Amino acid sequence: MARRDGGEINAGSMADIAFLLLVFFLVTTTMDVDAGISRKLSEKPPKDFVPPILKEKNVFEVNINRNNDLLVEDEFMTVDDIRQAAIDFIDNGGGVGKPGPDGEAGEPCDYCNGKKDASSSDHPNKAIISVQSDRGTSYGMYMTVQNELLAAYTELRDRYALDKFGMSFQEMEKIYKGDRKNEELKKKIDEIKEAYPQIISDAEPQN
Amino acid sequence: MAKFGKKKKGMPAMNTSALPDIVFMLLFFFMVTTTMRETDLLIQSQQLPNASETKKLEHKSLVSTIYVGKAKDETKYGTGDQIQLNDKLAQVTEVANFIYSERSTRKEEEIPAMTTSIKADVGCNVGTIIDIRSELRDVRALKISYSARGGDPAMNLKKN
Repeated sequence: MARRDGGEINAGSMADIAFLLLVFFLVTTTMDVDAGISRKLSEKPPKDFVPPILKEKNVFEVNINRNNDLLVEDEFMTVDDIRQAAIDFIDNGGGVGKPGPDGEAGEPCDYCNGKKDASSSDHPNKAIISVQSDRGTSYGMYMTVQNELLAAYTELRDRYALDKFGMSFQEMEKIYKGDRKNEELKKKIDEIKEAYPQIISDAEPQN
Repeated sequence: MAKFGKKKKGMPAMNTSALPDIVFMLLFFFMVTTTMRETDLLIQSQQLPNASETKKLEHKSLVSTIYVGKAKDETKYGTGDQIQLNDKLAQVTEVANFIYSERSTRKEEEIPAMTTSIKADVGCNVGTIIDIRSELRDVRALKISYSARGGDPAMNLKKN
């Protein structure tokens, strides 16, 4: 076997090549991760659809006008207070919940910490938040309100999860994201979601 | 003094053999953390709203993005809210077609998992968003995400 004694390859331009690639990637790519508030729209109702009659006490009405003023349950409110107001409403538990799928009677909310006020919502699974915004409302305001309402649900879900499973809901979701096959955890998450379902409806603007 | 003069002569070249390694490391970092820029924006660079309850969009390939904001070329398009689909500004009525064309490039079983991400500037009117939403509802593209950055939601109101 011939002894190879060839000189070293000149690697001096390797850095240049790598820099070139680096600059290319810096220019053509973006850093932003796509995150956002995800919502599921309701299906378009059929033409002859009659909306179910809801008790007024089970609807939490939020109005935003074109000047970005907030009217919650016919009372003027600032954005800072809406989260607590929503929590009080959802967590009230003044009556019985929705009847089960087999027709059994609904049960009162045994995990609610609310005031059990008869004039507020019956049960978290009956409590509906209705957001009505004007066409002229700014998107920033709209998003802030949506965010606060979601934060209210998150707070309640976290509390429920901590009480029952000793772990916050957000943490559970994070773990589940890394481990999709964890059926046990999925069951727990579903239970929490069922205890505090997110029912936020966007009403059409009237003008 | 002569001693000092002598020292200068024997200065060795700096060893740069580790430089490529460092640059490659940077390169890989950027390759992993960034994504390809897909469309040229025809609307002014946006200030996305801040929100604390954001969720990351999971399947990037199943996301179709609708941009909403003010046009860059205001003399041509006016100062109102504009909608950008793919590489051009469009009317609200074209949203349905956009969704259909997005769907046609995906497999059928993936269609229910498709998400529409609405990237709108904080200064937009909710009216524009409502119009887009009702179009999406008509074509049953029900999963949507209002694009937002993590941050203090109170900042959303400062700019008005």
